[in-house]
Amino acid sequence: MVAVRESLPGRRIDWARVGLHVGCLAALLVMLYPLAWLIATSFKPADEVISSLRLLPSRLAMSNYTTALEGVGGVSVLRLIGNSLIISTGAVLGNVISCSLAAYAFARLRFTLRGPLFALMLATIMLPQHAVLIPQYIVFNQLGMVNTFWPLVLPKFLATDAFFVFLTVQFMRGIPKELDEAATLDGCGPFRTFFRIILPLSRPALITTAIFTFIWTWNDFFLQLIYLFEPEKFTITLALRSFVDTSSQSAYGPMFAMSVIALLPIVLFFMAFQRFLVEGMASSGVKG
Amino acid sequence: MNVEAPDQQVSPPRGRPDSESAAADSATARNRPRRREGAAWVFLSPWLLGAAVLTLTPMLVSLYLSFTQYDLFTAPEWVGLDNYVHMFTSDPRYWRSALNTLIYVLVAVPLQLAVALAVALALNSIGRGKGFYRSAFYAPSLLGASMSIALVWRALFNDGGTVDDMLSTFGIDMGGWVNQPGWALLVVALLTIWQFGAPMVIFLAGLQQVPNELYEAAEVDGAGRMRRFLSVTLPMLSPVLFFNLVLQTIQAFQVFTPAFTVSGGRGGPADSTLFYTLYLYDRGFTASHMGYASAMAWVLLVVIGIVTALLFRSSRSWVFYNDKG
Repeated sequence: MVAVRESLPGRRIDWARVGLHVGCLAALLVMLYPLAWLIATSFKPADEVISSLRLLPSRLAMSNYTTALEGVGGVSVLRLIGNSLIISTGAVLGNVISCSLAAYAFARLRFTLRGPLFALMLATIMLPQHAVLIPQYIVFNQLGMVNTFWPLVLPKFLATDAFFVFLTVQFMRGIPKELDEAATLDGCGPFRTFFRIILPLSRPALITTAIFTFIWTWNDFFLQLIYLFEPEKFTITLALRSFVDTSSQSAYGPMFAMSVIALLPIVLFFMAFQRFLVEGMASSGVKG
Repeated sequence: MNVEAPDQQVSPPRGRPDSESAAADSATARNRPRRREGAAWVFLSPWLLGAAVLTLTPMLVSLYLSFTQYDLFTAPEWVGLDNYVHMFTSDPRYWRSALNTLIYVLVAVPLQLAVALAVALALNSIGRGKGFYRSAFYAPSLLGASMSIALVWRALFNDGGTVDDMLSTFGIDMGGWVNQPGWALLVVALLTIWQFGAPMVIFLAGLQQVPNELYEAAEVDGAGRMRRFLSVTLPMLSPVLFFNLVLQTIQAFQVFTPAFTVSGGRGGPADSTLFYTLYLYDRGFTASHMGYASAMAWVLLVVIGIVTALLFRSSRSWVFYNDKG
């Protein structure tokens, strides 16, 4: 993209670039095949699933979806999706707010113990959740919060996903210091500098945080498996879990119909935020 | 100059050490170091609370639990080093899970990052269609950690699954992958490599932040394509590469969902996909050996700590930060 951009007016074919396109398209075909297979299988009637090799079903079997919509254990799919949405939305809010606050302090402000605390924050990134899992479970259990959504959402408001703090710190470090200094000269304190200068410029990092948090929380299985046990509280991921034990191909239709349903919100979420993602990245070219 | 509210209002009651000596932040603004110090603690407070209550304390508690026998219902019973001794000397399934996880990390992470960097470089110079490719390559890593895709993977690589059928038409008859101890682990690794989109997007964002002037200056100096890549792109990209490496390694050690799903929830066949976290879950939440699970968690913590420390140490010699001046 960089130096090659201005191609000569002679309009010669750039074979290197054609090669890149061919390679990328070929890679895409292979990579996206599992997704095509998933969608196709979700529409296949039971007898066609097993005699497989053909990707496309001969007729669309909507029955897989009507079966899937009934949900699992008497809980409808809408309820399962709703539960997943509540948890994921809460997690996004928590992470965006708490992580950007902490990141600003680490990236721009001076305070005692800054070095050690930053090291502590970095260290908690590598902390496997399993090391805190059991004591946290005991505490949430005593608070009567097991089998509620609180253990899955509350920690996000306390910036426990230190990875996002780090990501945002890294991004804020890239914002020219001259902007802060200009704001200080104009009489802005740390708070106004944060809300007026740093936060708007950090939008790409905040959006990245939001997207990753949403997807990871939506896809998360381990914590939901441990904290939620009543079907009423199940998420769509936990509902899919009931298919893990069965490997018979006769269950493929409804199983993959529900899998498609489970993936839809992620796809929609990404498509909705894609514009902001691109715009955010473009706006990061604000070099003085 | 200072028009904001007085700093007493914003500083939390937290015992704040006097910072006159450490200040030296700026000689220009009179009151600024103190103000900033107070403000900093306000910004930090949610994280501080979380670190204390949800991270450090539980860590210490789980360290204590690792020296006990505990089933969640009766009080923990102190057993000293028994859990660790049993783990290291007489639990072959433990070693199997550790080995499986190590192989997986060593295979999946370097391959995933290599693919991610290669594709990011290709997309960075592909011109038209870049946005489309980026979204398309990114899609799998949005979806790949889900239960849905893990179920697809298990079906595709099963005996009689699509991949098996396809290869059979070429005369290669493998009889499935997820059902064979020698291959099942690689199926999980392949699922991870398939999700190279996330690090790729971060690489691309890093590439876009490389100032054009550097390339122009290098070109003026007569640097060729390769030289520009080695002397401009790679150093400018090194923080991003480092970031991806640390992140993916730590995540890989903790992989759970695909292992759980591909293996039917048990780590089979023949424990070949018994990942560390899967065994930890099995010990803790299926067998109710919370003490043993805590001990396993602490060993994982120490191993990840050592690996991360080594990565950070090595980074001093190859990661370049541009915020010094």
